[in-house]
Order: sequence, then structure tokens, then C-alpha cells
Amino acid sequence: MISVRDFDFYYGDAKVLHGVSIDIPDRQVTALIGPSGCGKSTFIRSINRMNDIIPEARAEGTIAIDGKDVYAPGTDVVSLRRRVGMVFQKSNPFPKSIFENVAYGLRIGGMRNKRQLEATVERSLTRAALWDEVKDRLQESAMALSGGQQQRLCIARALAVDPEILLMDEPASALDPIATSKIEELIYELKDNYSIVIVTHNMQQAARVSDRTAFFMLGKLIEYGDTRQIFMNPKEKMTEDYVTGRFG
Amino acid sequence: MSARRRKIVSRVFETLCGMAVLIALIPLALILFYVVKEGAGALNLAFFTQMPKPVGEEGGGMANAIVGTLILIGLAALFAVPVGCICGIHLSEYPRSKFSSAVRFAADVMNGVPSIVIGIFAYGLAVLPVKRFSAIAGGFALGLLMIPIVIRTTEELLRLVPPGLREGALALGASRSRAVFGVIIPAALPGILTGILVALARVAGETAPLLFTSFNNRFWSTNLGQPIASLTVQVFTYAISPYDDWHRQAWAGAFLLVMMILALSIIARLAVRRLERMNRP
Repeated sequence: MISVRDFDFYYGDAKVLHGVSIDIPDRQVTALIGPSGCGKSTFIRSINRMNDIIPEARAEGTIAIDGKDVYAPGTDVVSLRRRVGMVFQKSNPFPKSIFENVAYGLRIGGMRNKRQLEATVERSLTRAALWDEVKDRLQESAMALSGGQQQRLCIARALAVDPEILLMDEPASALDPIATSKIEELIYELKDNYSIVIVTHNMQQAARVSDRTAFFMLGKLIEYGDTRQIFMNPKEKMTEDYVTGRFG
Repeated sequence: MSARRRKIVSRVFETLCGMAVLIALIPLALILFYVVKEGAGALNLAFFTQMPKPVGEEGGGMANAIVGTLILIGLAALFAVPVGCICGIHLSEYPRSKFSSAVRFAADVMNGVPSIVIGIFAYGLAVLPVKRFSAIAGGFALGLLMIPIVIRTTEELLRLVPPGLREGALALGASRSRAVFGVIIPAALPGILTGILVALARVAGETAPLLFTSFNNRFWSTNLGQPIASLTVQVFTYAISPYDDWHRQAWAGAFLLVMMILALSIIARLAVRRLERMNRP
């Protein structure tokens, strides 16, 4: 479980997250929705501390995964990021072969055995529903894949290191409807084994894939609950206005 | 603006652009034409295999100068590539630090320093203390000329790598150094290599910094601690001599230099094409 308490985040002097507290359950899909600039991307990138690479970024409060605060001094960011995988909005395959893309995380984790590498690459590509499309051209450049395939390759790459949590920052926003539906099916299947947090601008997508939904607005968590309740019966006026499309 | 006027303006600018291209290309074409005309005829097998003959004797070649030039640019690369690349990596990784802007400024200034001044500097540092001209001093001078070019191209190409690649590597649990050396540098490598070869081609044609560093040598020498012949200095020496035979040799040397630089550019292209296999769709 990811347990967040009074989490604030700053870029320099600008405070972009205000006292976020939320419990994200295991093996479910949690969607983060809200208008642009509401802090949902900042929040999801705080979970695996990807914001660390931004100069002058600063966090306060706690984000605990299975009871351990990831912002505690002495946290090993490298092993944190191996436990918490991430898929980005813009697919970012490395300019290497399809095989090497998936093997990258395994190699930096110290896996040398060729047979073991091959088996894990195949398993990851299969889980990401890409194996049948690429099995005959694993040595070709990943850049030759279509946008949707590249995004599934990035998912396979993240799955290869066997994370517990998968963070997805608008994973389908640059894809066409067919590629999007493939990614959504994939998310649905993956939740049996992974806890998934997904940022999305697409309300239907949030309604389709998620079990829980959190609504962010101006850096604050406004409402959080079962997806059905958030969409059918929101408690807050702001949530209702947003999910019914009255603003945003 | 009426359609008629737009067409006229467009035609005028097209003509101007065409003329500018011609003006830029004419000197290049003339140089190549003369070098080929005068040089290609004087080039023969003996030119590659034989040593210079004394004045008055016909024939002979520049075997020592050809090998000398290769040794000199080899030394220059050995010195400048590691220094330049490491500086370039630093600049792209810490772009905003005070130290980085100082290095960047220094590289730009160094790029503008006349090559003869670089030669004098190398003379003071590598020749005067040991009181001997040497191949090492020549390679050092050429390396100094290469460094700023290598620094800036390395930096620029590394910064062109999409930031998403770094994020992707870090998100998989790569340390910063693994992300840089395993993903970012390989992605920029084809371009960096081109930059290095272009810098090499540039310094291969330098004469001034060699005049008082590697000097010249009439004899066969591959001793790095001794003066060494080079195509450029040999061409210079022959060209200002009063002998027709030497003038022919100078043309042949100039032709060979141009061909060497052309070959370097072609090698660069081919290497990039091979390396870029994975960068392209």
C-alpha cells in the first residue's frame, strides 16, 4: 500500500502540492484526474522520486510504501525505482534493439545469464501484449515500432524488472483509439499482479480502467473514492462540475 | 500584397540565394580544379613509397611526410578526444554551473585563437624545456586546436538527446552514470564521432602550429621524440623553393591532403550510418 500523509511539493518558491493525504491500495488501479496544472503529474512523479532530477524541487510530508517513507534520509532511490516502475506520456524507447530495450533494466540489475535474459524478455513482452508482433524482429531498432507498440515496449521494459507498483503518466494520451484500447486492456490484465497508479486526462478512460479515482485541483486532493462513486455520486461540488464537464 | 508582386519578390529572392551559393562555391571549385589539375599528374607510386630526393635529382616522394602526418593527427586525437569528450560530457551534465560557463567561454576563445599562437604556446611548453622539436610537441599543438571543437560538438550533441531517455533509464533504476554512459552517450555517439573526424580533418591541414613544434625532417623517422615530417610543412617548404620539380611535388602533396580529408569525411559518413542503425526507424 502507498500511504501518503500531508505531502507538500515545491518547485523553488512555488508550492504545487498542498497537504495531499491518500491511501493507494495494492493490486488495484487508481486513477488521478484533474485539470492541467493541478499537480497530478507532480504527485505521481513524487512516488518514485523522479522529481529529484529537477533542481530546486523539494518535498515535505511522507509517502510510505509498505510502511517505509521513500523520502526518509538514506533511502536508496535506485532500488526504490526498481520497485516502482514508470511509464511516461511520451513513449521513450532507447535507440537500441527491441531486445536490448527490455533487457536494459535487467542488465543494470546485474543479470548476465543469456538464457535467463531471453526468458525474461519474452515473458515481459508477452505480458505487455507485444510478443507476437515483435518476436521475429527482436534485433531491430525499437524506433521502427509504431507509437502504440513503442508505448507497450516501454511497459514491457518496466515490467521486466518485476516492480510491485506501476506508475503511468498519461500513457495513452498520444495514441490513437485502437492503440489506446490495447493499453487499457493491458492495464486491466496487469492489475492482478501490480498496483497501478495512472494519470489521465480522459475521464472515460478513468471510468473504464480504474477501481479508485482521486480528483486533484490546484494542487489539492479534492475527493478520493471508488471510481463508481466519484463519477456517479460525487460528494464535492467541484468534483461533480469536473466529471460532468462543466469546467476543466 | 498582390499575387503578381509576391511572385516577383519570390523570384528576386530565389535569384539572390542562387547567387550567394555560386559565390560560395566558385572558390571551392577553383581550388579543387587547380589542385587536381596540378597535383593528380604529379602523383605516382613513388610519391607514396620513396623519400624526398636531394635538389637536382628527379623523382622521389613524400613517404616520410605521409607517415608523419598520420602520426601527428594520431597523437592529436589521442590527446584531444578524451579531454574534449570528458569536458563535453561535463558541460552537458552540469550546464548551469559557474565552472561550466567558464569552460564553455574558454573553449570558445580557444577556438578563435590563431593556430600560429597555439603553435607558439606548444613551442614554449613542449619544445623549449627539452630543447628539441618533436612529433609529440606537434601532436600536442594539433590536439590543442582540436579540443575546443570536440568539446562543443560533444556538448551540443549530448544536449540534443531527448530528456525522456534519461528519465526512462532512471525510472528503471539506473544510476545517473549508468544512464549517461549506457543510454545518453550511445544515443549521441554517431554525431560525436562525426564531430571528432571533422575536427581531425581540420587539424590535418594545419601548417602554422607545426613549424616550430614538429618542425620537419628530410629523413624517415617515426621517433616521437624527434622532429618529424608532415605533408603540410613539406608542401610549404617545397612551394616556396625555387625548383620546378619541388613545385610539382608540392602540388602532389596538396592533392593528397585534400584527398585524405575527403576520405576522412567519407569514413565519418559511413561510420555514422552504421552506428545510427539503431537510432533510425
